[in-house]
Amino acid sequence: MELRKNYFADERKDDLNEIGHSLQRSDVPNHVTGRTAFFADRTFPNLLHLKMVRSPHHHARIRSIDLSEAERHPGVVRILTSKDVPQNLYTILILIQVGPPDEHVLAEGKVRWKGEAVVAVLADSERAANEAAAKVKVDYEVLPAVFDMLEALKPGAPLVNEHHGQNYYRYDSGASRKVRFGDVEKGFAEADFVLEETYHSSPIEQAPTETTGCIVAPEGNDRFTCYTNTQAMFFTLDNASIILQMPGHKLHMVGGTAGGGFGGKVDVTVEPIAILAARLTGRPVSFIYSREEEMQISSPRAAETITIKDGVMKDGRIVARQVTGYTDAGAYSRHSPYGAQKGAAHYPGPYTIPNVWVDTWCVYTNRTPSSAMRGFGVTIADFALEVQMDKLARLIGMDPLEFRFINAYRDGDMKAHRQPTEGAALIECMQEASIAAGWPVAERFMKMSSKRREA
Amino acid sequence: MALKRGRGVAAINYPTGMNLGGDPSQALVHSTPTGAFMVTLSSVDLGQGLRQVMAQICAETIGIPTEQVTIDTADTDTGPHCMGTFASRGTHRIGNAVAQAAREARQVMLEVAAEALEVDAGDLDTDGKGMIHVKGAPQKSISVFDTALAAHFKYGRSISGRGMFLVPRSFPETETGAMKPATCYAHACTVVDVEVDDETGEVDVVSVKNVFEVGRALNPSMVEQQLVGGSWMGISHALYETTEPYYPAREHGGRDFNEYLMPGPGNLAETETIVLERPAADGPYGAKGVGEMCANPQIPAVANAIFDAVGVRIDSLPITPEKILRALKAQRAAA
Amino acid sequence: MAKVPVQLTLNGTERAEFIDGGLTLLNALRDRFGDTSPKGGCHQGTCGACSVIVDGDLKLSCLTLAETCNGAHVETTAGLAADGIQHPLQRAFLDGFAAQCGFCTPGMIMAAKALLARVPNPSRDDVVEAISGNICRCTGYEPIIQAILSAARSNSQNAA
Repeated sequence: MELRKNYFADERKDDLNEIGHSLQRSDVPNHVTGRTAFFADRTFPNLLHLKMVRSPHHHARIRSIDLSEAERHPGVVRILTSKDVPQNLYTILILIQVGPPDEHVLAEGKVRWKGEAVVAVLADSERAANEAAAKVKVDYEVLPAVFDMLEALKPGAPLVNEHHGQNYYRYDSGASRKVRFGDVEKGFAEADFVLEETYHSSPIEQAPTETTGCIVAPEGNDRFTCYTNTQAMFFTLDNASIILQMPGHKLHMVGGTAGGGFGGKVDVTVEPIAILAARLTGRPVSFIYSREEEMQISSPRAAETITIKDGVMKDGRIVARQVTGYTDAGAYSRHSPYGAQKGAAHYPGPYTIPNVWVDTWCVYTNRTPSSAMRGFGVTIADFALEVQMDKLARLIGMDPLEFRFINAYRDGDMKAHRQPTEGAALIECMQEASIAAGWPVAERFMKMSSKRREA
Repeated sequence: MALKRGRGVAAINYPTGMNLGGDPSQALVHSTPTGAFMVTLSSVDLGQGLRQVMAQICAETIGIPTEQVTIDTADTDTGPHCMGTFASRGTHRIGNAVAQAAREARQVMLEVAAEALEVDAGDLDTDGKGMIHVKGAPQKSISVFDTALAAHFKYGRSISGRGMFLVPRSFPETETGAMKPATCYAHACTVVDVEVDDETGEVDVVSVKNVFEVGRALNPSMVEQQLVGGSWMGISHALYETTEPYYPAREHGGRDFNEYLMPGPGNLAETETIVLERPAADGPYGAKGVGEMCANPQIPAVANAIFDAVGVRIDSLPITPEKILRALKAQRAAA
Repeated sequence: MAKVPVQLTLNGTERAEFIDGGLTLLNALRDRFGDTSPKGGCHQGTCGACSVIVDGDLKLSCLTLAETCNGAHVETTAGLAADGIQHPLQRAFLDGFAAQCGFCTPGMIMAAKALLARVPNPSRDDVVEAISGNICRCTGYEPIIQAILSAARSNSQNAA
């Protein structure tokens, strides 16, 4: 890696004692000796293992659950169903008032995606838990499912989630989060060319090497310590408190080093049920996702479908941009309503465009609920935006890098979501890339600055 | 049938934080009797090295060596609230809280030292190595060690500080979308060279040149870790990764690391990393959040390079050999 | 379940435990022998985080039955630092900033150690091949490859 100190040198103090130095990481000596304590590196006597029985169907009504054979399996200590969960209906973002609650800790009446948690089996060994889970008999009536976002939005599509009433999240702004800036229709009318293209992605797994999990130990006095690899200690504590109807002071979350997260450990899917199990049995409980659960059950990055319509002038200026983005939340909200609206503010990208129109939708389908991942609400948008930029440049016969210089935002430019640009540095990145990659651009672009526009 | 070379570029910006829900983090700092400093947090280290960076921020602010700082974190019994480790917020939000707490602790430390030296606290400075001295008169000094001892056993002062960094919640305006979803923005520009086999559809990423603007590289080698690993993940996203290869069909999802594809150590692109620093006005020592943005520009740059190589646009991720071959077939049919 | 005795030499120390029949070496090491340095990232042999060395050979401890290791010499990353002095591989991972979350690190180091025992002066291709069964999600692998090559160089310098 090379630090290019010549840029913005006047805005920086480079003579600090501790900052700006590549000091050795204090945690790595323990990483390389295997001494770093991950949550699962703790053992407890009388540990119980929790195995989740999951829906084999994408959408089904639960007619009945028969636990009799499973309960008789040697080593089984207790089996939990929805009736055991004090506040079974929840949604994680209720903590920031983004409701409604739309998901059950353990399925109640219906399952809405293949893999949904239905019954939790607790046994003395992992093996006994797995064997007993296979003996839980759930009678399902399979219902029609919908997997395609645009199909889900059509009238008559199977309703994925009754708590929403329709197959999209209803924002205070309506069916979508909106950004309206200038007049896109006027911009398209004035443009030399208009290009409309649609981009797609499919779900992506965070795939941390350490799977999601926790170990809960009763402390006595109805207080519980939960060793967890969550990315957000109090998010987990407060959601567990709501679900378990236990005051927060009864809960103690202990993290440490998580074996990677990448957004995959922000949902609260293992801790509440494990704490409940510890509370009901009085024994320590371990609930750790198998690798298969991590890959197919834990929330992935959402699939997205994004349509971008741009008006561009022959001289390279983008004069109007209209974006409709759909985020596939799967069957439940989790963090998706947040990600979709975060995307709405991002869509002009690092460019100054006078007329912008954005609608972002959060759509429900019968698939694994999606949630956060590195670049939440932005990564797929950037893919679509920057491929679109390449197409626009080629459409008007301009060098793709030079085309970006023409449109790059500068300090003081007003963004579509009404924030003035500050601390811009796109132009300098592109200048350095031009040099590093041997991709020459005209001299006037190499003289540009993010701090001001040219006279 | 041949190997075709192509080159693509992409440029991006990336928001720091998650103000659409309110974005607070807290930190507490206190000294031990012998002048070591404890930082108490509830923030989670996911491997990015949060503890090390927080120790450096605390040390710089108090004016002591980093090794004298211990980070106690991820415990809700001891650590004050943190929103969480996500949204590129750790270094920026938590770092601001730590810096504030450390400033308060430093002030008490200087007051105690001033009392011991019988001078004005405003006339004191630290040398960053464990000594506090009168500005312009380095011989008139007291160690941080002795200052902490005196605070504990002579003056009855707690050398401690509280830090709270809150970016207030932004509620988007319903009709215009006016909102402040983030604070400062990081930037990147990536140029990718690929080789596409037009017989198999396979893409070889030959080289990646990444330029990242990070605000301030608080620990350059740790920034490099993030940027290099992120660039790998970006390429992985572009060409390999999905849990549903035939989305929206649900079948054939990968269940383990044999079925879920990512580039292995034998599939690495030659990667060059260049870092610019334009300090963020509101960042701790100018830092912006960079953990997420570093994985984004490679994806469109790879897509654009593939078009440059073989003239087909794959507008859906991941860009698999199957999709490229189908597009090439359609291209030939149209010709 | 019937318990079976397992006696092995773990990082140079003779140990014996009664374990459940069918227990993997990974779970035996972690839960019975108290060595949590091998990690369970998949429990099905696809991630390499559980890698250990059994009688000189690199093994996935999650796919190895503990009872088959009776009498064996088992080496893990926890035993690598002799008398508190870092092994060259540990030093190289530290100095090269080759670990982030650290979950894959013990397995990577075991894979590297097995390689260097076999090939003291490995090529880059040798290193790539040696760690090709070990998943890392943080680093992008390059710093790990460089660290292993660097450890090999410092080994051969010490030998010279």
